[in-house]
This record gives sequence, structure tokens and C-alpha cells, in this order.
Amino acid sequence: MNAQTRMEDTVSAREKLVVIGNGMAGCRAVEEVLERDGDRYDITIFGAEPRVNYNRIMLSPVLAGEKTFDEIVINSAEWYAENDIELVSGDPVSHIDRAAKTVLSQSGRVEPYDKLLIATGSDPFIIPIPGNDLAGVITFRDLDDVDKMLAAAEKGGDAVVIGGGLLGLEAAHGLSLRGMKVTVVHLMPTLMERQLDEAAGYLLRQELEKRGQTILTGANTKVIHGIEGHVAGIELEDGTRVKADIVVMAAGIKPATGLAKSAGLECERGIVVDDHMVTSDPDILAVGECVQHRGACYGLVAPLWEMCRSLADHLTDAPTGYAGSVTSTKLKVSGIDLFSAGDFSGGDDCEDIVMRDAARGVYKRVVLKENKLIGAVLYGDTADGNWYFDLLKKEEDISDIREGLIFGQAFASGGALADPNAAVAALSDDAEICGCNGVSKGKVVQCINDGAHSLDAVRSQCKASASCGSCTGLVESLLSLTLGGELESGPASMCKCTSFTHDDVRRLIVEKQLKEMPQVMQELHWTTPDGCSACRPALNYYLLCAWPGEYEDDQKSRFVNERLHANIQKDGTYSVVPRMWGGVTSPKELRAIADVVEKYDARMVKVTGGQRLDIFGIRKEDLPAVWADLNAAGMVSGHAYGKSLRTVKTCVGSEWCRFGTQDSTGLGIKIEQMTWGSWMPHKFKIAVSGCPRNCAEATIKDFGVVCVDSGYELHVGGNGGIKVRATDLLCKVETEEEAMEHCAAFIQLYREDAHYLERTAPWLERKGLDWIKAQMFDDPERVGRLARRFHYSQQFMQDDPWARRAAGERADLHRHLATVRPMETEYA
Amino acid sequence: MMPGKWLDIGPTTQIEPGMAATLPVEGGEEIAVFHTVNGRFYALVNSCPHRQGPLSQGIVHGDSVTCPLHNWRISLSTGAALGGDSGCTPTIPLKIDGGRLFLLREAVVAPRGAAGPRAA
Repeated sequence: MNAQTRMEDTVSAREKLVVIGNGMAGCRAVEEVLERDGDRYDITIFGAEPRVNYNRIMLSPVLAGEKTFDEIVINSAEWYAENDIELVSGDPVSHIDRAAKTVLSQSGRVEPYDKLLIATGSDPFIIPIPGNDLAGVITFRDLDDVDKMLAAAEKGGDAVVIGGGLLGLEAAHGLSLRGMKVTVVHLMPTLMERQLDEAAGYLLRQELEKRGQTILTGANTKVIHGIEGHVAGIELEDGTRVKADIVVMAAGIKPATGLAKSAGLECERGIVVDDHMVTSDPDILAVGECVQHRGACYGLVAPLWEMCRSLADHLTDAPTGYAGSVTSTKLKVSGIDLFSAGDFSGGDDCEDIVMRDAARGVYKRVVLKENKLIGAVLYGDTADGNWYFDLLKKEEDISDIREGLIFGQAFASGGALADPNAAVAALSDDAEICGCNGVSKGKVVQCINDGAHSLDAVRSQCKASASCGSCTGLVESLLSLTLGGELESGPASMCKCTSFTHDDVRRLIVEKQLKEMPQVMQELHWTTPDGCSACRPALNYYLLCAWPGEYEDDQKSRFVNERLHANIQKDGTYSVVPRMWGGVTSPKELRAIADVVEKYDARMVKVTGGQRLDIFGIRKEDLPAVWADLNAAGMVSGHAYGKSLRTVKTCVGSEWCRFGTQDSTGLGIKIEQMTWGSWMPHKFKIAVSGCPRNCAEATIKDFGVVCVDSGYELHVGGNGGIKVRATDLLCKVETEEEAMEHCAAFIQLYREDAHYLERTAPWLERKGLDWIKAQMFDDPERVGRLARRFHYSQQFMQDDPWARRAAGERADLHRHLATVRPMETEYA
Repeated sequence: MMPGKWLDIGPTTQIEPGMAATLPVEGGEEIAVFHTVNGRFYALVNSCPHRQGPLSQGIVHGDSVTCPLHNWRISLSTGAALGGDSGCTPTIPLKIDGGRLFLLREAVVAPRGAAGPRAA
């Protein structure tokens, strides 16, 4: 009896702290308060789940079978007892009465408080689509959800996870390990776009696909289909259907503010708190994922610890104040090392340092601003994650270790080794430089001393860096160490994003079977996260040329003219050139063009140098309608805007002309029908003249045919332009068929070999006419093989882009977001 | 009803990363809204400081755009010409709330030169 009385006395002397939420935030806050003053509060915790506090972020390993529930319990029943805390579990609070200072639970229990702490966390975001309430639609938030997923996984079958963020990928991983066939459906184009940049997101996707998951990005779920009230599959906006026995909804979380809102506390996205975690009511505090502090809501665990410290300081009258958190993320998927922290979205006042090691599958990027580290993304090697995070949080000046920063703590802090050249100099002679070809440092140095004074020379003589190229930097260091100032500069690199030349990049795309742009950038160690306006269009072309029918054209790497299939003019309007085969037109086509000119108020229509008509002054939003009208008259895109086949200019030839030797018009039309639509390194013009008087000016074209009595002279490598170049004679053939086959073969050789933006004239001068002849004629099979590759590629290229746009494809490129009328209150 | 301080121009999902969209302003200058591949959004007057090229049609890389007319590179965050060129395009303050894009109304309707904060 005595003990009981004493205890009640103590209780009444103590202030009453009620905590709503028995999760990580609520319990941690209590722990922090107890640590500061164990006697001050009489504490009651209400929890919605019927269990003690466990580590919610470890649910993923539980799902994956790597941990058991017991292993993730943070506060056991004993903890509550030892600290004299009353736990009311499985009975959530349903109402707060601020006037009476009491809370009411679902079961009807009323509990008075002096201080109230709301730690209700967050709720899963359920995307508002039909079928989201079917049985088998599961969220991933608590142990009950995990149990539901495990029960489903026992039966095997298909799982769809909606959401390719941290939570979704961890759920997908767990379900996949449990034997389900998993498809991840993600709205954005890259996985974990809030934590990763495009390059790292790409590597992650590759790894997950290798593990058997299907990843659909840019995928908007339209509906969840059910059979007899249970999930059967999902359907995407584009009509794709995916079978599913369960659907895990992991599209995000939202702060759980319902209780606070109905109590009249100030809420925006979360419950608004000050630096001491106090809400708009001084006796009510809030902490964790349910709060909004200085405009930010957090969905990660680290900020929670910091919030709880400030909260406890305040509750024990030693206020300090929380100033917001810098967060870092690690993905808890075994075998995938991934780390991100801070702000890595970049900006022109920021500087990126990127290191890629394709052989090890490593991508590291740190972002600097004013000599401080502000963000980091690491994939494949996260050993230095914490070191970077520490530099970031402490805002340390990194100027002294900048050179070696990207190589990590061991390297950067190694004094003399911070100079990459010094690091290479310190290597022993038998240290391996080139792993692909097994070349040691000693061998490279000897090779340089024997006269290989450039990167290319080293590559050809001892093969170091001649394969994957990842040791290029090391070889360059050895060159400069060995030769001092005598280093000869080799061919220029493709752009500032890479040390590889155009030739290297083209060769490696084929050799290493690189089929996507982020893959090229990773494997070839691009030093920027997403390239630049010089390399992106070039890579897009190289990939398109190397993998016809496989590579998907990247619109955002296309120059505007090729994206909008028209030529931009200085006033921002466009000009439109329909194809006129061989320069021949008809009344029907001319009428259609005339109608378009009037209907869309085109300011000018002009005859071009390539024998067709150019309609000027069309607005981008009218382009699809213009094309629809031209298509209706049988006309297709003239590609007057593209690094592609432009026109085939002809004269009237033997059909009309008294000097004509062959049907030059007919041959020109056939050649144009064979070659239209093909993407090239640069624009490509063809002409066919019916006799050596050459009225079609075939000898200043990329490919020119001059008809003679005995056949066809084929000329190559000419152009007008700033520096006029007349063609060289490639060969003479006897039949139209041969002329066309040689034309296809020459184009393909140019397509496969030239640098992006290099026309045939400078290409021919760089390589030499003899080289081109040797390529085409040394092996009698070669012309046929080249032509066949061209025709294969053309199957995929000869698809009128205007028709697709007129039918509504990529309408977003042509329309405005909206029009703002300043006098109105909202956009129209 | 009083117009809000911020003008709602619709959901963030309407602009693909790496692309831009346009927003004509009656009686004012057209605005270009950019979405970088790293997920940032920016709004600028759709006009290059050089020869008024439509920046919305340029290739977006990192946090800059290359003008389609003469390859000037413009910072999306400050509107300033980068590299050796000089000049500046007005920027329009932009915020994201609840998955929607908002532009500062006064910067949208203000005549050129009176728009929001701008870098030197």
C-alpha cells in the first residue's frame, strides 16, 4: 500500500506528457527527455499498432528475409516498464481537446496532458486511380504490410510495385528474393530521381534488371484491374498491361496531419513547428515525419534524431533549437552500394567532379560550390560516403584536397598523393596500369622512352589504354612524368566531357555493345553527369547508326530543327520544306502548298537551291496541322532541317533534253526514294546530271552522278558552302542498279566512319580518296555488304516524321503550357 | 477574388526532364519553363540576350541551355550568358508546391526589366 501511495504522490507531482505515436520519433523523443531528466514527466504513449516500438526502416530487411521482427525491436516491453511509461498500443488517439487539455482514444479512453507530443509520422500516398481499394493492393509502411506481402509471396506469382523510389525498390527487392516476379512501375524517367542523378539511376536500373526485375520508367498507372474484388493486374496510360497478384503502392508518403488539423493546429504540408518543435499551441509539440520545419518535411530517419534532441532540450528547459537537416540516403538492397547526400542537382555556380570506373561499375560525383562540398552521389563504391557527408555537414573548405577529393579519403588525405601525377610516380614499376592488356607501369615508361610520345603512340605500341580506355588518365600522367613538356598532343577529344576522340567513341560503342547514352557515358568515363550540347547530339547519332532498330532516338539530344522537323528562323518561327522527289512536282502538290501558305499566313514561299519549295513563317504550334495538310496531298518531310539526306537534284535528262544521255530525272527519283530519311553525320546532298554539261551541279554534291553515253560516273566529297570543294571521281559503273548500290555503300561508309558534324568533303580530305577507294573496292564483297547495312538501317528510318506528329505524337513539343492573360486571376 | 501572389501553371509532370515548355503572356514576353535531367525547374523569359532566340528550343544540359540560334550558353538559374559571352535574360521566380509549378505573378506580368531577382 505504501509503495502505491508514494508512487501516486510522485505522479501527481509530475507533469503529464502524452505522446501520440509509438514509432521511432515518439519513442526517441521520450528517450531523449528521460536522458535529460528522468523524473520530470509522467509519460503515456499511444500507439496505433498493437506492438512495441520497432525500427521501421529495417522493415525492408525483414521483407527480404535478412532480419526477423525481434531483431528490429528498439524498445522492448521491459523498457516501457523500467521507465515507468504507460504504453497504450492498438488504440490510436482519435481527438485532441485543446481547451480541456485531454486526448480521447478510439476505445473511449480520456487522458489529460500538460504537454502533448504528436509523432504520428506519415501515411502512404495512395494514388487516386480506379481499383486502388481492391484486395491485394498493399502499402509498405508497417509490419502488417510486410506480413501481407509475405503471405502473398508464399503463393508466388507476379507483383507490381508502383513507385521506383527508395521504398518501392526495397519492396521490389524483398518480393523478388521471396520468389515473386516483380515489375517496378515508376512515373519519372529515372529511378530514385530525388536521390540520384540520371547517370547513377541508369546504373541502378541496369543492376536491378540483371537481377530479373522488370523496370518500367516514365510509366503512369491508369487503373488497377481486379477479378472478384482482388487485384489481377494494372494498366498504364499507354495501354500496357501488367499481370499482378499483388500491387504494392510505394508512390510516396505524406505527413499524417489529420489529428492536428482537426484540433485546429496550423498545418501546411505538415504540422508547422518552430525550432523547438512547438506547434501553434505552446503546449503541443510535434516531431518526425508529420512536421514541417522551416518549410521542409523529411521522410528519412536522420533528421528525426536531431529534432528529438531539440525537442527534449526544450521540454527540460534548456532550449537549443533545431536548424534543419542535411540528409543522406543509402539504399538497403544487398549487393547494391548507393549513397547520396545534399544537393547534387548542380547549377552553374557549382562545379562537378565526376569519376567513373566502368570495370568496377563505379560512378562517383561530388558537387562543389565556393570551395565547399554541397552534394555527393556514389554508386558502386560508397566507402567514402560518410567522409563526404561529414565534409558536407561541416561545410569544410576543401581547396587543399580538391585534386584528390574524388578518389576518396585515403587518397585525398595522403599528403603528397593528392597530386594525381605524384600518385602515379609513386607506383612501382611492376604495378599494373592497363588491366585489359596486362601492361605494367615499367612497360609503359619503356615504351614512352622508346619514342611513343603521344597517347595514340603508346596505345599502338604497347596496347596500354587501347581497349576500354579507363586507364587513359594514368597513361597520360606517365607521359607527362616521363617526357616533361615534350608531350605531343594527339587528336582532339570529342568535347570537354571526355578524353576520348570521336573515333574512339564510335569504335567503343560497337566493340563494347553500348546501346544507351547513359551507358556510353559510364563506360567511357564521361566527366559530366549528362554531357553537353556538343556530345549529346553526336552520341545520339552514333548510337542510332550503330544500332538501327534497337536504339531509341533521344529527342532531348536533338537540335531543335531535328526535334521539330522544321527549320528555326531568326524570329523563332519555322520554315517547312516538303519533299519533291528529284525536284519534280505536280499541280496537286503545288495547290496544297499554296493552300498552306494562305491558310497559315506564311510570309514567304521560296524556291530552294535543292529544287523544292520552302514555306516560311510557320509557328511551332501550327506545324502539326501544316504537316497534316501536306500529308493529305501525298507529301512527306523533306528533311531540309536534318543532318540527313537532303535533296536529290536532277536535270531533265534524256526524256526532254537534246543532250541527255540517260534518264537522270528517273534515276534521281529512285535514289531519293532509296535514301530519304537516313540520318547522317552531317547534311548530305545528291545530284544526278544527264550529261557532262552537269546542269544539276553534281560535282559539288556529297554524292554526284554524271551520266555519260556508256554509263554513270560517280563523284564524291563535294560541297558548296564557305569553302567550295569539287568532287573526286570514285568510279564509273554501267547500270542504274550499280549506281544505286554504290550510292548506298558510299553513304553507309560515311555514316559509319565520319565524325558527327563532319561533311563528306573534310572527311574525304582527312581520310584520303585512296582510303575510301580501298574501303570500298579492295574486297569485291564490300560494296554489297555496305549497301545491305544501309538498306537494313533504312527499314527503320523511312518513316515520315510529319505523319507521326500530325497524328498527335509528341504534341507536347508543339503546344504551349497555357497562355497568361495578366488581367485574369488564373491561367487559361 | 484577389489573385494570389503565385500563378499556378500546372503539374510538374507536364514537362519531361531535359525539355522546356512555353508560356505566352498576353501583352508581355513569352516565358520558357525548363526541367533539367536532374529534376530542377527554372523559368526565364524565352529570349536569348544575344539575338532573342527562343531558349525553350535549345538543348538543356546540366543547369544551362544552349540557344538554338547561335549556340550561346545561358545559365538557367541566373539567366546570364556563360563562357565568353555577356548578357542576361530575366528570370522568373518559380516554386513547386504539391507537385504543381507556380510562377511569381508580379514577375510574370511585369514588363521586361522590372521582373524578379536577377544576377549581375
